[in-house]
This record gives sequence, C-alpha cells and structure tokens, in this order.
Amino acid sequence: MADIVLDKVSKRFPDGTAAVRDVDLEIADGEFVILVGPSGCGKSTTLNMIAGLEDISSGELRIGGQRVNDKAPRDRDIAMVFQSYALYPNMTVRENMAFPLRLAKLDKQTIDSKVEEAAKVLELTSLLDRKPANLSGGQRQRVAMGRAIVRQPKAFLMDEPLSNLDAKLRVQMRTVVSRLQKQLGTTTVYVTHDQTEAMTLGDRVVIMRGGAIQQVGPPQELYDHPRNLFVAGFIGSPSMNFLHAAVEDGKLRTALGDVPIGERIRRQLEGADAPRELILGVRPEHFEDAELVDDDTRRRGMEFTAPVDIVESMGSDKYVYFTVDGQRASAAELEELAADAGADFSGGGASLVTRLSAESSVREGEDRRVWFNLEKIHLFDPSTGHNLTLHEGRSGGALAD
Amino acid sequence: MAVDTTTRTKLRWGLLDVIVVVFALVPVLWIASLSFKTPATLTDGRFWPREWTLDNYRSIFATDQFVRALVNSIGIALIATAIAVVLGAMAAYAISRLDFPGKRLLVGVSLLIAMFPQVSLVSPLFEIERQLGLFDTWPGLILPYITFALPLAIYTLSAFFKQIPWDLEKAAKMDGATQGQAFRRVIAPLAAPGLFTTAILVFIFCWNDFLFAITLTSTERARTVPVALSFFTGESQFEDPTGAICAAAVVITIPIILFVLFFQRRIVSGLTSGAVKG
Repeated sequence: MADIVLDKVSKRFPDGTAAVRDVDLEIADGEFVILVGPSGCGKSTTLNMIAGLEDISSGELRIGGQRVNDKAPRDRDIAMVFQSYALYPNMTVRENMAFPLRLAKLDKQTIDSKVEEAAKVLELTSLLDRKPANLSGGQRQRVAMGRAIVRQPKAFLMDEPLSNLDAKLRVQMRTVVSRLQKQLGTTTVYVTHDQTEAMTLGDRVVIMRGGAIQQVGPPQELYDHPRNLFVAGFIGSPSMNFLHAAVEDGKLRTALGDVPIGERIRRQLEGADAPRELILGVRPEHFEDAELVDDDTRRRGMEFTAPVDIVESMGSDKYVYFTVDGQRASAAELEELAADAGADFSGGGASLVTRLSAESSVREGEDRRVWFNLEKIHLFDPSTGHNLTLHEGRSGGALAD
Repeated sequence: MAVDTTTRTKLRWGLLDVIVVVFALVPVLWIASLSFKTPATLTDGRFWPREWTLDNYRSIFATDQFVRALVNSIGIALIATAIAVVLGAMAAYAISRLDFPGKRLLVGVSLLIAMFPQVSLVSPLFEIERQLGLFDTWPGLILPYITFALPLAIYTLSAFFKQIPWDLEKAAKMDGATQGQAFRRVIAPLAAPGLFTTAILVFIFCWNDFLFAITLTSTERARTVPVALSFFTGESQFEDPTGAICAAAVVITIPIILFVLFFQRRIVSGLTSGAVKG
C-alpha cells in the first residue's frame, strides 16, 4: 500500500512526439483513480510509466514516497492487469497465479495458501488446474486479476481490463473490480476509454487529452462542473448538446432563442478581447417537456418550440431528438471528440438530444414546446475551450452573478 | 448429394497424395531394396529382392571407416545445431523485440550470407582452415555449418518470436521477473515449437552437407558420412560396392527420421492459444 505521485512527468519519444506532457497527479493511499480519454491521449503511456514498462523522459515518479524513476518494474512492487490479460498459456491457472510468488521465492506452502485464497475471492477454485485456452473470456479476465492480487502489491495498475469482454459481462465485472478494490483497499490506477466505467468505478477521474490532464475530480464534479469544452463533451451519455451562441446586447442569440446572461458573465464578456461568439452547452436531462413543468420550475428556465425528429422510449424516460436551425458549434475540441466517437458529433446545429420524462406525450413529426434549465447550462469560449460559467470550480449556469 | 461430393473430393485428394508420396519414395525404396540384394542379383532390375541378405549391412559395420564417419556426422551435426539454435534464438529475440541501431543491416547481412553460393567459399575456406590448423577437424566443419545455418535459424525463429504476444513479457516483468527470467520461463517455452523446427532444419542441413565435408576433411578424423560413402570401395577392386553404398545410405537416413519423429511431437501448433484474447 502506498501513494503514487507524478511530479511533472513527461514522455517524449525518440521521434520527438510528446505522448505525455507535465502530468501532475497525486494518488492517495488506497484511492481508486481512473485515467480516461480518447485513444492517443497518453493515458496508457502514463500507466506504463508508473509500471516501469516505459522510461520517464522528465519529471519524477514517487511510489510510497520513494523515487522510482530508474527502478525496474519488478522492484516497484506493483501489479498490472493487461487488456489482453496476458496469461501464460503454457501454465495452468494455478501456475499462472503462483508465478509472481515463485519469482519472489516464497515457500511452496505459502504459495499454495495464497493462491487458494485469491482463487476463492475470484471464484476460480474449480478452474485452478485448467489451462487458459480452456477458459472463457470472463474467466481469463478473473485469472488475470487473481495474478495481480495474489502477492498483495503496493498498487494495482489496470489497462482497460474489461474492454475485451462482451457488454453484459463487462457490467458484471465492473462491480467485481469495484468490490475487490474496496475489500483490499489497494491503491489502484485504472485506464479506460469507456466513460461509463470512469464514472462508475473511480473515487476520482483524470481526463486526459493530447498528453495533458484536462481535469481531475470525483465523477459527479466532472459531470456537473466541467472545466472546459472537452471534459463537458467527453463525460455524459448521450453527450452534452453544443450550440452556437452569438453575444448581442447582453444576450446570447441561439437556436433555442435569446438566452439571458447574469452579471458575472456579462462582465467577463465586456473586455475588448472577449469572445463575440460562445458555445452553449446543455445536457440532455436538463430539457423537459414544457407541459410537464410546474410554474416554480418554469421560472428557472426558458422555452422554445422545435420539430420532433425521433423519439426513443427507454422505459424510464424518453430520448427525443429535435431538429434546430442555426449555425453548428465548432471548436477543435468538438472535432476531436467527434473523431474519437468515429461519427459526427451529436452536438451542433443539426440535432438536439433531450431526455424527457416518460409521461411526455411527444410524438415524432410534431412541433413540441420544450423547457430547459438555465441554471444548468454551460458557456464555453470556442477558442480556448474554457467554461465561462465556472466560478471557483463551480458552475452556476448562465444567470449567476 | 453434398456428402457424395465431399467423399469424391476426399478420394481425389487422397489419390493425389498417394501419387506424390510414391513419386518421392520410389528412389528411397529402390535403395533399400538394393541394400538387401546379393551381389549376384543386384542388377536383375527387380523391385523386390529374390534373395534377401544382410551381408551389405554387415560389411559396412565391419569396417571402422563407416562407424567412425557416423560418429563424426552425429557429433558435428549435433554440436553445430545446438550452437546455431542458441545463437539464433538470441539474435532472433533481439530482432523481433528490440529496436537497436543497425538492426536492418544485421537482418540484411544474414540474408546475404544465406544467399551466398557456398561453392565460391570452399577454396578460401580451405586455405584459411589450413593456415589456422582447423583443416580436417570437427571445429573445421562446425564453424562453417553454424555460419550458414544461422541465417536460417534467425529467420525461422524471429517469425516465431513475433507471434508471441509482447504483453506476456511485460506481464512477466510486472510479476517480478528479470529480463532473463522472462525469456527463460515465459518466452522460450512458448517458442519451443519454433526452436524444435529450427533444430530439425539446421540438423538436416548439417547432416546432408557434402561440399564442405569433402573439401575440409582429408581423413577419418572429421570425415562425415556423405563423404565416407563416396570413398566406399569393394574389398577388392573387382568387387562392386553398390550394395554396401546402398546399405550405408539407408543407415544414414535413420538418424534423420528418428530426429524428425522425436521432435515432431513437440511441434504442436496453437501453443500460445489462450494467452491473449485473439
């Protein structure tokens, strides 16, 4: 058990590309931290540097207060679970799990009892004498976890350990990982590109982009108070809607109508170099069918009318897609997110995703009046990506003064 | 009718296989047949000997010449194989895993050696070995064999090493293994089929070589079987050594067959299955 501290850690490859830039991160003893980001954001490289599988170009890495930059992986006393599981195919499950203990030169009895114990925790006891080839994907995954926990290391590193499982099993294993980590209380760094895993598993989430940390915080904080456009767009599913907003006469002209702005934001927009155009961000659940909103709530938001494109009923609520006019929001971050999703980003001028109550009688093809919460909207500067609604780390919506 | 067509296809392929096997085996069987014939019936042109005899076999083992050559052959081929496979494994591992300066050059040069016509090296080698006192010794043959077997070994082995998921090595390192332990306990067992395949290929190459063996040896000290065979003469100059040569030819194919059969069982494909999700 130990804390892990990354102090201005950077990784530059010989060809000059910087995979990781000045990462500062303090992971407390027993904490479960998730590194998340689109592919190529440097999260795996960061993990490999903590593991010792990649050299650190500059900066310092301390595990348990000790500088380990130049230590070999085996001297760092940390265990890693690989995306591919990396089980030794020539060994049985028992031998696989015993391997780190045998290398540590423990006596046979201790090894046996530790392996049995770990197998019991992961329900692998009946599989101990099988070879990895005769195991299912989920079982292999558990063996990989078993091999990591068996020697009680200072920390666990997990590199997308669930991404090779099918969807149902992944949800199951997610709770297994979570329970295991709580039980053992071992410091864990977990890399994933799946934002659901990031939101559900970690004590804190680190969002990375282009080798740099964008924001660190508990999942709910990242969701409610994203520091920039990238974080806002990355976290949440379906993702936040982004709309073009022009600053005119102390108001924001958007496809949803003129959005009033509070005193604090107005002051921010008064400077000579202040942006004349903003990006308005609204999460799908902050919309509601105008018919279902009571008067008290109605005052906190505003309404607009738009044609309904598609209705997806999820049972508990309805995802309703509206077509809205107006310019598409454009920023480098949004394009990057779109590229990572492998499709057109759902934010932008064409389509608006909303999550309405299941009671809503909305039908495809009709024009519908929709309310949205002004206290929950975010405003971003398209050039820097900064969230202008954020004040001392908290987001107060457009009206905040 | 699907079953019918498959049986017919199977028959057709089976027949084709039989033809190929017969075509390849007839000369071998002919030699074996000749080795059992008496001198009188040697040239009767029959495939099946009329009179069976083991005299030919007795005669080759009666002389020290053949036994001595057999010992030389086995010793030289085994030593050359062992060294070539060990060196080849190390080189192939480096080539498939590490990025070091001059890697492409190394691969290129080893390919060059493999393609170099051996016959053009025979005379210089003869001179060099005489100067160095290696002429007509075991090392005198082992060294050139290693040289020419190494490219073969490096190529075969690096193909095998490349198939082994790199994650396994990383996992071994994380589990507390040194680089050496990771190689010995995780990578090498998985590369075993590759090592055995390479060993067989190199052994056959050394065993069958005639060119180096006849140029670089002059006496029984290092003369190998293929060369010894060519020096066979009858007991008198009027005696035809054909029967004895055939018997010796049969005898020297036996070690190869044994070697292949022994290692073939270890060449199991799919040894790495289950390591990583494919």
